[in-house]
Amino acid sequence: MRSLVTAAASIFALLHIGTANAEGVLNIFNWGNYTSPELIKKFEEKYNVKVTITDFDSNDTALAKTRQGGNDFDIVVPTSTFVKIWIDEGLLLETRPDQMENFKNVDPRWVNVDFDPGRHYTVPWQWGTTGMLVNTSVYSGDPNTSAIFLDPPAELQGKLSVLPEMGDILTLAIYYEGGTDACTSDKNILRKVRDRLVAARPKWLSLDYPSLEKYTAGDFDAGVNWGGASMRVRLENPHFVYGYPKEGYPIWMDNVAVLKTAPNVENAKLFQNFVMDPENAALISAYARYANGIAGSEKFMPEEMKNAPEIVVPAEFLDKGRFTPACPPEVNEMYTKIWTEVLK
Amino acid sequence: MANAAEIATAAARADVRNRWWLAAPALAIVLLAAIGPLVVVVLYSFMVKGDYGDVKYWQFSLDGWFSVIFERDVFDDTLKLADAHLTILWRSVKLSVITTLVTLLLGFPVAYFIATCDRRWRDFWLFMITLPFWTNLLIRTFAIQEVFRNEGVLNSALLWLGAIKRPLQIMFTDLGILLGMAYVYLPLMVLPLYASLERFDFRFAEAAADLYASNFKVLRRIIIPMVRPGIIAGSILVFIPSLGAYVTPRLLGGGRSLMLGNLIELQFGQGRNWPLGSALSITLTGGVMLALLVYVRAASKSGSGHHG
Amino acid sequence: MARRYSVRRQRGFTSIALLCFALLYLPIATMVVFAFNAGTTVGALEGVSLRWFATAWNNDRVIEATIRSLTVAPIAALVATVAATMAALATTRTASYRGLAFKVAFINQPLMVPEIVTAVALLVVFSRIKVWTGYTGIGYLIAAHIAFCIPFAFLPIRARLETMDLSLERAAADLYATPWMVFRRVTFPLLWPAILAGFMLAFVVSLDDVVITEFIKSAGQETLPTYMLGQLRRTVTPEMNAISTMFLALSIAVVTLFFFLSRKKD
Repeated sequence: MRSLVTAAASIFALLHIGTANAEGVLNIFNWGNYTSPELIKKFEEKYNVKVTITDFDSNDTALAKTRQGGNDFDIVVPTSTFVKIWIDEGLLLETRPDQMENFKNVDPRWVNVDFDPGRHYTVPWQWGTTGMLVNTSVYSGDPNTSAIFLDPPAELQGKLSVLPEMGDILTLAIYYEGGTDACTSDKNILRKVRDRLVAARPKWLSLDYPSLEKYTAGDFDAGVNWGGASMRVRLENPHFVYGYPKEGYPIWMDNVAVLKTAPNVENAKLFQNFVMDPENAALISAYARYANGIAGSEKFMPEEMKNAPEIVVPAEFLDKGRFTPACPPEVNEMYTKIWTEVLK
Repeated sequence: MANAAEIATAAARADVRNRWWLAAPALAIVLLAAIGPLVVVVLYSFMVKGDYGDVKYWQFSLDGWFSVIFERDVFDDTLKLADAHLTILWRSVKLSVITTLVTLLLGFPVAYFIATCDRRWRDFWLFMITLPFWTNLLIRTFAIQEVFRNEGVLNSALLWLGAIKRPLQIMFTDLGILLGMAYVYLPLMVLPLYASLERFDFRFAEAAADLYASNFKVLRRIIIPMVRPGIIAGSILVFIPSLGAYVTPRLLGGGRSLMLGNLIELQFGQGRNWPLGSALSITLTGGVMLALLVYVRAASKSGSGHHG
Repeated sequence: MARRYSVRRQRGFTSIALLCFALLYLPIATMVVFAFNAGTTVGALEGVSLRWFATAWNNDRVIEATIRSLTVAPIAALVATVAATMAALATTRTASYRGLAFKVAFINQPLMVPEIVTAVALLVVFSRIKVWTGYTGIGYLIAAHIAFCIPFAFLPIRARLETMDLSLERAAADLYATPWMVFRRVTFPLLWPAILAGFMLAFVVSLDDVVITEFIKSAGQETLPTYMLGQLRRTVTPEMNAISTMFLALSIAVVTLFFFLSRKKD
């Protein structure tokens, strides 16, 4: 019955277009399937605001759309790699989250980040790592190395799934070949990276976002994957372990920012403050399965997440993780050429 | 007699008027929402690429076009043919041609079956052909994955029947892409074919049969030539979208080998090279346009002489 | 009565057709089966349950997206079919003239450009208009959908007009029927199957569009396909299957009803 009412209301809403500027609205532009409905309901009830959620499926799409403008978005959630681009292009509003009430809850580790020093624009949403997911019943060697996909052991060849993220994959390969800068223009390293990837690609099975059951059903025995997604696989099949490449691996963080063109700035600021509350941050994590960067949220987290090795990075691998910066245009151009070369 | 001539000129004038105002709405919509944007793309292809996507407005450059065909080697800076682009182009054209042929070979009997069945059932079968496609493309592609997977319906059935010993690897191969695209584009072939076949006057076929032509000969010599416009329309509808296909190759091919659609998407996305993406797509569009013009010309010349 | 020899029969055609229908429905059947999965994946069946139907039914975002899809698709398909029919008449019921082939190519143009390119170009153009006019409504989506639906309706309709005999229309015109009467009473009934085919194609194409919609949607303008695209990077649950199954059931019900009603009339 409730849905019927929603349905009727939606038809009505469709006829009355352009109400987005009305008071009590907040338009969120976020990754798909990433925003906890519970969190939104709580926010709506607390501040008497109607929230709309619109999805994007890549940082580049989100950036392109917002730059062109005219979409009524208030909140956007870009990844650490892109935050600096957003700021430099003048797309974000300097809302000074560091002066907000709940800022005290932000884990000090995430305050002075390279992409937004002192947090003048953005608030942590979730963070995670990109690493190796390996089925130990198929391969019992060390999972903590990028060799899993760059120089695959015989058992895993033809059973590997690799994320279609140019940046992440090249970064892992650069670290593997001894590079330390994710945006290196050192041609000696890049040549090795290219040769390595060209040689490795025929041994992969797929280059797409893997769905959980392809791991659990045995289509894939290993792959490059994100921590949270890997935890879900492990919960279904305990033979899977998540490895942190000892050569180095990328850390990423998605961040809540307010757009300069936001029609509802006040609500957007309320939202930034709202997600820095530990209880609310825990809702985000419980839904999307990643850590959130808010101190004190652990005690509100679901039990299976509190000590999950995919989410709480073990101490020995902590210093191997690095944020990937946005690579300068000329480096990105080289990367695109290498990537095309690999996938041709 | 003078009167007849007057009527004829009046009719000719009305004809000219009709051919414009009747076409006007379609032309206007296409102009606004398709040609206009295309002009934007053409302009973009001649501009300097922006640092993080987009372009630098009104800064002229031929780099985009240049890199369609040539590239500077990342390592030794020598100029060479962009063989990666050519390889990808060739793969896309090859797969699209095969897809078109497969859908034609399967779609023709289907359309024929619908067109020749009892009149009251035609709409029913027509509906049956489109019904699966009311399910969203992504869901459909996922469902196809379930059929093709190593533990999927098809492999399980074949294993159970003893036809194969080990599961066939269809997912993440070119065969997977091909089967998936044939599945997705089949109705685009069947519907235009049906629209032509349904019109076919079987008295022609009967006349030929009376002259001792076999059914197959009737099909080859009479039916197929007369429904050629339908075959052409269907082939266009299948060939062009499959050339730019993006979702199906990614999901069923596993995205390991780029297709033209994915290459263009890469330039507008992670590659952040909009001028190159624009130039690539204009090359594709231009090629297809040219082929189509030749096709339509040839088809209307050899047409059945119904005009005027 | 013994089965009469018919020139219409082509050896093997019926079997191929029925086989095609079977293959066409195999994935659909799989999809429906997984909609009833008690487990959380679309890969492993863990018993029967209705939980995903409940989940979908209670998911406001899904319901809203579905309604939006069902609003845009019929409008876009209808307008596109009308415009395409008129254009098809204009490019067939006329003496051959210079520029005819060009006009046909022009109308087919939306088909020629890869979706992603149209999407980016429309994003650039529509965003300017959105900023200038301040109107950010659903009209942009509908306009874009109409444009890329037109060739899909145009091609089958024109193909049929080309193979249609002119003599009946001529006869009617000779009997002083106005052009509109000729169309209404002669051309339209003969053309109807192609119009229906064109409309269905346009409808399906609009219902399926992801890329263009993804680029031009404004805040809160999610359609079902773009909503699903958002799920793709993460876990896909049987919720989507449940929605599609409901969708399928609804369309079957509507069309069956329509089918029987129109039969009774005959």
